[in-house]
Amino acid sequence: MTTVETAAGATQTMVLNMGPQHPSTHGVLRVVLELDGETVVKARPEIGYLHTGIEKSCEALTYSQAITLTDRIDYLAPLSNNLGYCLAVEKLLGLEVPKRAQYIRVLLTEMTRLNSHLVWLGTHAMDLGATSVMLYCFREREEILTIFEMVSGQRMMTSYFRIGGLALEPPPGWLERVRHFIDMFPSRIEEYEKLLTRNRIWLMRTVGIGILEAQDAIALGVSGPTLRAAGVAYDVRKFFPYSSYEEFTFDVPTRTESDCYARYLVRVAEMRESLKIIRQAMGKIPADGPIKADAPGIIPPQREKMKTEMEALIYHFKIFTEGFAPPPGEVYQRVESPRGEAGYFVVSDGSPKPYRVKVRAPSFVNLQALSKLAEGRLVADLIACIGTIDVVLGEVDR
Amino acid sequence: MNDTIARSILVVSLVKVVVLLFLVLTAVAYLVWFERKVAAHIQGRWGPYRVGPHGLLQPLADGVKFLLKEDATPAGVDRFLYFSAPLLTMTLAISAIAMIPFGPASIHIFGIATPLVIANISVGLLAIFAITSVGVYGVALGGWSSNSKYSLLGGLRSSAQMISYELSLTLSVVGILLLAGTFNLSELIMRQDGYTWGHLPKWNLLNPTFPQILGFFCYFVAAIAETNRAPFDLAEAESELVAGYHTEYSSFKFAMFFLGEYASMITVACLASILFLGGWLSPFPQTPGLDWTRYLPAGVLAVAGVALIIHGVRYINVFGRIALPVLGVILGALSFLCSQPGVIDDIQGPFWFLAKVLFVLFVYVWVRWTLPRFRYDQLMRFGWKVLFPVALLNVILTSLAVVMRK
Repeated sequence: MTTVETAAGATQTMVLNMGPQHPSTHGVLRVVLELDGETVVKARPEIGYLHTGIEKSCEALTYSQAITLTDRIDYLAPLSNNLGYCLAVEKLLGLEVPKRAQYIRVLLTEMTRLNSHLVWLGTHAMDLGATSVMLYCFREREEILTIFEMVSGQRMMTSYFRIGGLALEPPPGWLERVRHFIDMFPSRIEEYEKLLTRNRIWLMRTVGIGILEAQDAIALGVSGPTLRAAGVAYDVRKFFPYSSYEEFTFDVPTRTESDCYARYLVRVAEMRESLKIIRQAMGKIPADGPIKADAPGIIPPQREKMKTEMEALIYHFKIFTEGFAPPPGEVYQRVESPRGEAGYFVVSDGSPKPYRVKVRAPSFVNLQALSKLAEGRLVADLIACIGTIDVVLGEVDR
Repeated sequence: MNDTIARSILVVSLVKVVVLLFLVLTAVAYLVWFERKVAAHIQGRWGPYRVGPHGLLQPLADGVKFLLKEDATPAGVDRFLYFSAPLLTMTLAISAIAMIPFGPASIHIFGIATPLVIANISVGLLAIFAITSVGVYGVALGGWSSNSKYSLLGGLRSSAQMISYELSLTLSVVGILLLAGTFNLSELIMRQDGYTWGHLPKWNLLNPTFPQILGFFCYFVAAIAETNRAPFDLAEAESELVAGYHTEYSSFKFAMFFLGEYASMITVACLASILFLGGWLSPFPQTPGLDWTRYLPAGVLAVAGVALIIHGVRYINVFGRIALPVLGVILGALSFLCSQPGVIDDIQGPFWFLAKVLFVLFVYVWVRWTLPRFRYDQLMRFGWKVLFPVALLNVILTSLAVVMRK
């Protein structure tokens, strides 16, 4: 407790524990607030309530098994994390992934971005009181999850990207489903925008709130839409292309206002860009072709080969009993997750299990900016700020 | 002789109180159902569907649930205030309805001409405002006595908000008082009788002297704030203060806050229809001869009944296939009753009154599920710098218009 000088004299501040059980801390974030009336004097995020030791657990699993844990890091964007990890291990192994698999990966990670942004928009709008937008967003998200389920058999914990390619051949008809979705989706974005973008109350609640200037954002290591809303056009997909992103044309939406409203606009614009990428990817994906790299000791052999060829049977047995051992070394692979730059640092000691997996989680880094955004403002603004930096607590705590 | 009359009046009043209390509590329960259904359909969902056909028994299930839940009292509460706050909220909200006239004076029950109002007092409007403004105590005390920081913040916000908007609310109806020159609610309605150019009803909203459009706007906005509903639901502000002033309340104490909130919603909706929309007056002028508008209540009931029967026989479960057609038949019977010569005139008033109240309530629900929430300081700024001056302007313009008319 500290003493605050006001016009009416000195007053004491009040400490309020917001979270970990609170409707709008997006999971289990706990913010220790020091309040002077309703003004936030100090906001200190406390994390660790969702710590499940994912990074450490990876060390006890083989390289392939660890993929399933990456789903659970950011449960709103599982495929982006699958991709980051798989790319890192592929870099370690020096694997070349077939183009078809690369395009499918791009398509699905962009779907993931839409999925994540939809959940963000819905929950953020709900935090600010526009409850119906949440359900509209979840209606469209349902369609994306159905597509994920079609290709991987799972709605959320997909683990669809595997080291060297994809887990399965996508089922027939999935591209029609995607086409149906992207034809319908632009009108739905307009629907959200109609409810929010020029809504007076929405503007009052977001314009000029939670300003994070570009130099502060860079100093804090903030990335993703939060950084781009401050006018810095940094996007990993453009600066360090991976998985053939260099073959796609898309814009990196930026704003210069660096407030909550700018972050909202950037994310909505990103949804439109993602649609563009998905449309291009659909044109590029060849009708057939391999979806896995040609690396017998690493990629599990096809079922019929296993039944007919001795070598394939041996490989199959070895891959599923002890895994494969990449050469010793360390790699860092960054991808643009919906929340920002997600980095995977993988160290190999030559054994079939990773020596160390370190995840640079964008939510964890971005959360640092919360105090900067919210201090000196009202409690209601703090809620808007937590919303627009878009944290996923699974990713913060790992 | 006088004694007998006095006693019979007392009995009739008591019966009316009991009937109204029952009706209001049922209406409140079904208003919750209505709100959930409307919200669900706005959001592309079904809403309550499991308890009874179309969730019609959901209010009952909710009530039972509230009764059976553990009634937890947190440590460190001010017990007296903690217990009295929900009681205060509910009692005040319900007693305000006693002043509301639901129809004209000429309803005949057992041959006695009975006004459809419990307390037809000369200062009805003032009494309602007096009662509802005491309601702020329930919220403030509930927030303060709970010994919780969220509750405290909610209670503080709410008392500031309700007191500020109370001013605009009362000021917004001053225009009507100037036009009508009475506080009695039944008389206020009777002054709105008649039609401009033969068709346009002379409701205060469209008053020929000075249409109370500004007043209606101010009343409507202030009433939303007064009942603590979105976009002014800062007292609860789920995403900020968990549940605001009733965070620490559970079981039936919470239910009382809940009932009080919806009962005051009904009160303000009734007032809106009385003050601005002509209360029980029909929007259609009475034409001599066969007047089709007199058959509207019966017609609406008949259509609803037939629709219920047709839909009901194909309902997904057996209970619905029985209950819904039975309900349809009851509505049909009511419709037949409403078209009978003795009843048809008596039913007009309540029908139009309820129709208007339902419309206002629907708009309330609609607004709640569409707009984002204001921030506390923005809400206060809006109340004092926009709503209050507009209401004041309305008073000045109306007085000018009244003087010029004379």
